[in-house]
Parts: sequence; C-alpha cells; structure tokens
Amino acid sequence: MMRLALGLSALVAVLFIGSLISGYSHVPPWKALAALFADDGTPVTIVMREIRLPRALLAVMVGASLGLSGAALQGYLRNPLAEPGLIGVSGAAALGAVLAIQTGLSLSFALALPLTALGMAVLAVLLILALAGPRGASITLILAGIAISALASALTSLVLNLSPNPFAAADIVFWMMGSLADRSFAHVWLAMPFMAIGWALLASVGRGLNALTLGEDAAQAMGINLRALRLRLILGTAACVGAATAVAGAIGFVGLVVPHLLRPMVGARPSTLLWASALGGAAMVLAADIAVRELLPDRDLKLGVLMALVGAPLFLHLIYKTRKELA
Amino acid sequence: MTFAAFSDLTVTRGGCPVVDHVTARIQPGECIGLIGPNGAGKTTLMRAVLGLQPAQGHSSLARLPGPDRARAVAWMPQSREIAWPVTVETLIALGRIPHLPRGARPQPADQAAIDAAIARMGLDSYRHRTATQLSGGEQARVLIARALAQDTPLLMADEPIAGLDPANQIATMQVFADLAAEGRSVIVSLHDLGLAARHCTRLLLLDRGRLAADGPPDSVLSADNVKRVFGVSAFYEQTAQGPVFQPMQVTR
Repeated sequence: MMRLALGLSALVAVLFIGSLISGYSHVPPWKALAALFADDGTPVTIVMREIRLPRALLAVMVGASLGLSGAALQGYLRNPLAEPGLIGVSGAAALGAVLAIQTGLSLSFALALPLTALGMAVLAVLLILALAGPRGASITLILAGIAISALASALTSLVLNLSPNPFAAADIVFWMMGSLADRSFAHVWLAMPFMAIGWALLASVGRGLNALTLGEDAAQAMGINLRALRLRLILGTAACVGAATAVAGAIGFVGLVVPHLLRPMVGARPSTLLWASALGGAAMVLAADIAVRELLPDRDLKLGVLMALVGAPLFLHLIYKTRKELA
Repeated sequence: MTFAAFSDLTVTRGGCPVVDHVTARIQPGECIGLIGPNGAGKTTLMRAVLGLQPAQGHSSLARLPGPDRARAVAWMPQSREIAWPVTVETLIALGRIPHLPRGARPQPADQAAIDAAIARMGLDSYRHRTATQLSGGEQARVLIARALAQDTPLLMADEPIAGLDPANQIATMQVFADLAAEGRSVIVSLHDLGLAARHCTRLLLLDRGRLAADGPPDSVLSADNVKRVFGVSAFYEQTAQGPVFQPMQVTR
C-alpha cells in the first residue's frame, strides 16, 4: 500500500510540473518554473502565476474530487458501474451553468456561471434527500438520481431548444464539453471550500464502506449507522461533483474508470480505494489536460471530449478483461 | 446473566403478524436452534431481536446503541453477500470493525481473533484466496468465520449450514456447540431437524409467527409438534450414537 501511495503521489507531482510547463506560450521549462517562484518582471510570471498555476491546481482538485466520489459511490452501491454523475448532481450543475449562459447572467460577473451551477447542484441534493428519504436502501438513491438526471437533461435540452441566440447555444454546447482553459484563481477559491468539505465527508466513510462489503444488514449489525453514512456520502459527493462541474463543466469517465483501474492494486478494499482513486483521478485529469494542450495546441480541444475518447475504449478494455476473468 | 432477552416481540406486515408476541431469554452456554417451516418468521424474528427490523415489544439487544450491540452480538444474514474480490483474510478481518476505533490499525488481539476464527472454520489454506472466487459453501464458511472474528458473547446466524456438504454441516454445528460449551451462546436458524436434534441444547419452534414450543430438543420435537407444525411424521429415537431424527412422510 505504501508503495502505491508513493507511486501515485510521485505521478501526480510529475504531471503537476508537466502541466505547469505545457501551454500556448513557449517558454523553456526551467525558465517557466523559475518565473513561478521569483517574480522576474516579465509576462512569464503572470502567465505562470495567473494562468498555469490555477489551471494545474484545478486539474488536481477536479480530478481528486471525481476519483474520490466515484470510489465512494461504487463502494456504497457495491456496484463497479456507479459513477459520480449517477446521483444527478452533475446534470443539475450543468443545467445551472446553461441557464447562466442563456440568460446572459454569466457575462455580468466572473463567477456568475459557477455560482449558478453550484446553486443548482445544492438544489439537486435537497431534492435527492427528499426523494430518497431518510431511511431506505441504496436502490432508492439510484432511482432518485436517475430521475433528477433525466429532469435536468430535459430542462437543458429545453433551454437549447428554445434558445433564440445561436451564440449562446454554441457557448452552452462548448461549455458542456468540459474544460480547464482560461480559469483563474477565483475559480480555485470558489471550488476549494466545497471540495474540502466534500473530501472530509468522503474520507470519513471508509470504515462503513468496508463493512458494506458484507451487505447492508451485516454492516448495520457491525455498528455502522447506515443513515449517517448515506447522508455523508450524498453530501460529500454532491459537494465534490457540484463544485467540479461548476468550475470545469461535465467531465465524465474519471469517476468510473479510475476506481476500476486501481481496485486490483488495493486488494479491492473500499477504504483504501478512496485515497488511491483521489490521487489517480488527479493524475488522470492532469494528464488529459496536458494532452489537450499538446495534441492540438491551436484548436481548443475540450478536456471532457478527450477524456471520453480515452476513457470509453479503456472502459471497454476493462469490461473485456473482466469478462475473460468471469468466463 | 442473560445475553439477550425479548418479550412480546411482534412484527406486522400489511396488517398481518409475521412474528407474534414471541418471548424468550438467552442464557450463556446455549446452542439454540430456531426451527419452523418456510415463512414461519425465523429471519424476521432474528432481525427484530437485533433491531434491524422495526418491531413492537421489547428486545434488550435492539435497545443497545449500534457500536455496543456490535460488541454484544454478531450476525450472519441469510444473503451471503461478498461485494468485492477481497482476500479471505481481509474479509474475515471485517469482523473486527466493531472493536477498532475509527482509523485505528489492527492490534495483536485483533489478529489473534482473526486467526482463531480461521482455525475454527478450517480455512487456513484459503487465507490468501479471493473470496468471490470460492464456491457457495466455501463462501458460507468464510462468512461464518467473519462472524466468529467479531468475538461476541452471542452469535446469531440465519441458515448458515444451508448448501454445505454433510461433513461441513456437521463440523459447523460442532463449532456452534463448542462455542456454547465455552460459555458463549448461539442462535442458529436451520431446516435440518436431524442436526438440530443432535447439536442444539435448546430449540425454538416457530409456527406462523408464534412460538409453538421452546425447550430441549426431545420435548420440542415431539411427534405431535412435528406433525402439527411441519405436517410430517418422523422417526426420533435415542441411539447409542446419540439422538436420530428423520422426517418420514407428509401427513397433510
């Protein structure tokens, strides 16, 4: 376990530096890093401190949030196909962003879009808690999530459908693809408190998730308070995913693929998988965000698009492997 | 001292009582077989006793706070769920969760309890196997070992020997009888009345939610009770090799 932790941390560190030295303006890596630490009075320092550093930080935060909440949801639902989008929060956050773009609110001040997205995410959480009830099994959570996702995506389509302004519609479509381009420290500070709360909540569910390996009845008989566990899980996932979607748009597959990839390496223990998936998610989003800048530097390739392009075949490969193991 | 006491325990489902005013006390050193036809309320009664199922009446275990209850009683549900491909040893170690403060590492005492549970169920050669790849009967034995690792005064198991081969059925019942001889208590639901007669010190006979009989096997398994509750006739005799119970014919 120690070696995996060190290995993943090293990977994140290397990719973080990689993210800092890749970008549109071609500056030698050592010079770029020097400009980050010492203000040399050139635009390089501004680029490094105001553009690349927040972008790399956001990649780590968003990746860790998505990986962590994916691992937590899979552990809770005891289903390797669960992903953070399942509880409908990312769909609702996207709807909030779409409304902000459509109404022009997003132009009024810098954080209008992520704030609206967060607001809708909070609304979705309240709706889920009301729908899924205080008691009840994990199945009601899935059903409530599907219902809210469907409603959010229908409303998003409605906004696009009725949009009188083709530019707003194009903006919406591009935003929904997910990206970390042109983000600033304002986005970091907006997302940080929500994500920190989400990480703290999800870090506390490990013991309960381990017990749930034996089913809900056995876990409860081992002294796990399932109601408290579920509440922490819903709020933690919502805080993580809502904040991630609010600042970066919809980025799929991280929460699904990362826990799946790392599960064999942690001996399938749900609690160990939590931190491993947080690190793995951070590494994956950092790598993808480097790739979108290096592959097509002139064509704003969207992070979410690349992630799905890489993630879907990877997932197919995993399914193929699992199928062979089961046969 | 009693390990558990419940009185007038009643569970209604759709206006119909599934468990109907059941009262009993569990003393140390008892190996209790919970018997009754399908749908008699065995599982519901055990879940109500544990507080996993809302019920009217009184149950001493259900009133305990969750963590305290987990140190007083271990529970092996009928659905033998193993969600993730963890090793057998990791799975059995889950039984130590109630004894470990949040985030604490297992102590030597925990490892000793895990090793003892593995030894009792004869699973030493399975230690590093993946639990989900074992056969159904092997998984059942691993899950019994998990409950044993919880190291509680009382163990409750819902049909733990269903699907086991004869040798393992007898060995598992012997483990339960040994636990009782050591001063712990076991409540086990089962359909094999022959094994119940041989290994249990006391039987609780449930009939449509009501406690039809409670006592030592030879009084509970009377020809009249067996005919009335199960609808079968039976051969039951004390032999040189212990009691032999064999259901013979359907009478209804």
